[in-house]
Amino acid sequence: MITVENLTKTYASQTVLDLEHLEIPRGQSFGLVGNNGAGKTTFFSLMLDLIRPSSGNIINNGIQVNTSEAWKPFTSAFIDESFLIGYLTPEEYFYFVGELRGRNKADVDALLARFQDFFHGEILGQKKYLRDLSKGNQKKAGIVASFIGKPEVVILDEPFANLDPTTQIRLKSIIKELTQNKEVTVLISSHDLMHVTEVCERIVVLNKGKIVKDMATSDQTLKELEAFFAG
Amino acid sequence: MVLYTNQTKTANMFKQFIELQWKSFFRSSSMGKGLILKLLMGFFAIYILAILVLTGGGLYFLLKKIFPEASPMWTLSQYMVYWVLAELFFRYFMQKLPVMDIKPLLLLPIKKSTIAHYILARSGVSAYNLMALFFFIPFGMVLLYQGYAPINVMVWLVSILGVVLSINYINFLVNKSEKALILIGGSIILLLALDYFEIWSVTALFGPIFHGLYAYPFTVFIPLALALLAYVVNFSFLKDRISLDQSLRTKKTEAKASDLTWTKRFGDMAPFLQLDLKLIWRNKRTKTQVFISLLFVFYGLIFYTQEVYAQMYSIYAFLGILMTGIFLTNFGQFIPAWDSAYYNLMMAQNIPLRKYLESKVLLISVSVVVMFLLTIPYAYFGWDVLAINFATALYNLGVNIPVILFFGSFNKKRIDLDKSPFGNMQGTSATQFLIILPILGLPILLFSGLYFLFSLEVAVIALSLLGIAGLALRTKLAHLITQQYHTKKHGMIAGFKEKNG
Repeated sequence: MITVENLTKTYASQTVLDLEHLEIPRGQSFGLVGNNGAGKTTFFSLMLDLIRPSSGNIINNGIQVNTSEAWKPFTSAFIDESFLIGYLTPEEYFYFVGELRGRNKADVDALLARFQDFFHGEILGQKKYLRDLSKGNQKKAGIVASFIGKPEVVILDEPFANLDPTTQIRLKSIIKELTQNKEVTVLISSHDLMHVTEVCERIVVLNKGKIVKDMATSDQTLKELEAFFAG
Repeated sequence: MVLYTNQTKTANMFKQFIELQWKSFFRSSSMGKGLILKLLMGFFAIYILAILVLTGGGLYFLLKKIFPEASPMWTLSQYMVYWVLAELFFRYFMQKLPVMDIKPLLLLPIKKSTIAHYILARSGVSAYNLMALFFFIPFGMVLLYQGYAPINVMVWLVSILGVVLSINYINFLVNKSEKALILIGGSIILLLALDYFEIWSVTALFGPIFHGLYAYPFTVFIPLALALLAYVVNFSFLKDRISLDQSLRTKKTEAKASDLTWTKRFGDMAPFLQLDLKLIWRNKRTKTQVFISLLFVFYGLIFYTQEVYAQMYSIYAFLGILMTGIFLTNFGQFIPAWDSAYYNLMMAQNIPLRKYLESKVLLISVSVVVMFLLTIPYAYFGWDVLAINFATALYNLGVNIPVILFFGSFNKKRIDLDKSPFGNMQGTSATQFLIILPILGLPILLFSGLYFLFSLEVAVIALSLLGIAGLALRTKLAHLITQQYHTKKHGMIAGFKEKNG
């Protein structure tokens, strides 16, 4: 599904990302871990053509992302609050994203109904604009919006951060459900090793922009990761 | 003794606060702005001050000329009630108590009363108050020169200071509700109407009251006492409310869902059009732009009614471009920075850039047409006015819209929509000033040149034709502009991310 070749990103003289080769097959749940500055968000930004690669390229489903826009219809993401429109209510925001992805109100409503639990009654019908919601609730809205319109690739940057424990647990089951049919490729970055090993079948560790570990998740993975990060 | 140490403590605290203020000003991002912008802002400030000083100084002679029988002081006193009301009205928008700045101070061991005194004292030396003094002190100096009693004039200036401070502190008390604004605005209109239609002379009532401040120096205590009273009321109000959860919390407005299904007829553009309409309506800064633009319809009255400008067609062309294009320049120059807070979404989502831009074009086009329709009554001042406004509206539609969108691709400064709209330079860079040249200057230059070389008809037809040509080529232009936005995409994303841009 996603092929990365010789991808680098350099600011001034500092190389923040340097991926020789990375292949993510369709339907994989892919976890990206690494300390601050390891290049996780840089990689996701490159995936979405929000920054320009210094060299190399990413092919998403046969489309080179920095030269064509044809990846947009089947790719969706929630990176940070710059993906939210503060002066809309959550409903309006969902409908807006729905329209962009060719889904009418009824489609979006049907999808939202499945996330009632996840929203915990704090998102819909609140008569509040997104800018007035708490950080955690903003995040919930952003994450759910990224599921609208049957995307084939979903990119979530730090989805567990800022969420309360109940919501974290619900999010985990949502992601598992999303990937169980092996149709949707999900890319997740996280600082929480436990969560990420639980939902991802593959974990890649980035350190200073380079891949230092690439492993299929097993019972040992968490221990291995903890040992690695303990230094 | 205890009292003494307390006082020095407070004084020390104040010194620290002032230092903080100093740093926040000189280390603010606006100080790091481009040199050109800084120079322009500096010039603008000096220009405003010069205007104030000159009008203040010249007011005596002006009033003497208009009302030769009355003493200028008497005349001025008659109209002072309007000045007070107008200041209250404008300050309602422009001046807010800077409560947010003190959030970090709350957790430090500082007495709440000290903080309250500090915010209130700081507002006492605000630019708005200084502006009034820059106006009244030159006037007072001319009075002295003209042989008015020195003591009376001096004390009168102190009274004026008292009035200014009263306005300052009363504003903070009243600007909590929009009702006060409506009340003030309403009374200005009502009083003006009463005066104008000679139903009841407001000036005759308030004239002697304000003149009393000059005639009887001991009355100086009245405005000073009023200012003090307003200060004390503010203080007691503020002292109890300095805590994180109350007045410092930004107000949350209840969201009103709006049904904009009528936009559906615009097809693919509909979602963006809806978004733009919500953007304008739900954010202070953009909403103000709309009101300001509508007010600009009256700009023509200043010129058309004056004999001096009759048949000065270059001025007319300027008015036409400005009145029909005011929203175009005000709103258009910040495209796409209005969407900067969520520009990542716009770029990563399944959005055809072309549709996004076309929706903005539609919105601005509608504004040009509406503004033109509103200026039609100016035909009263001659058909040439109507013809010129029509030609300039066409020019705005066909040429200026693509031009401003094109320049928009150079915008890299973030705009936070929830910041206050007045005196807000956020998003401004030298580009904004450079845009004005081709938008306003070019058509006027062209018009004037053709008018002087040939005739009014040729000038009007030329502008119209240029506009029509632009409209005819609009698909081609739209394509070029979309290309331009594509090439500039990454720079814009990076720029909009910088919060202190």
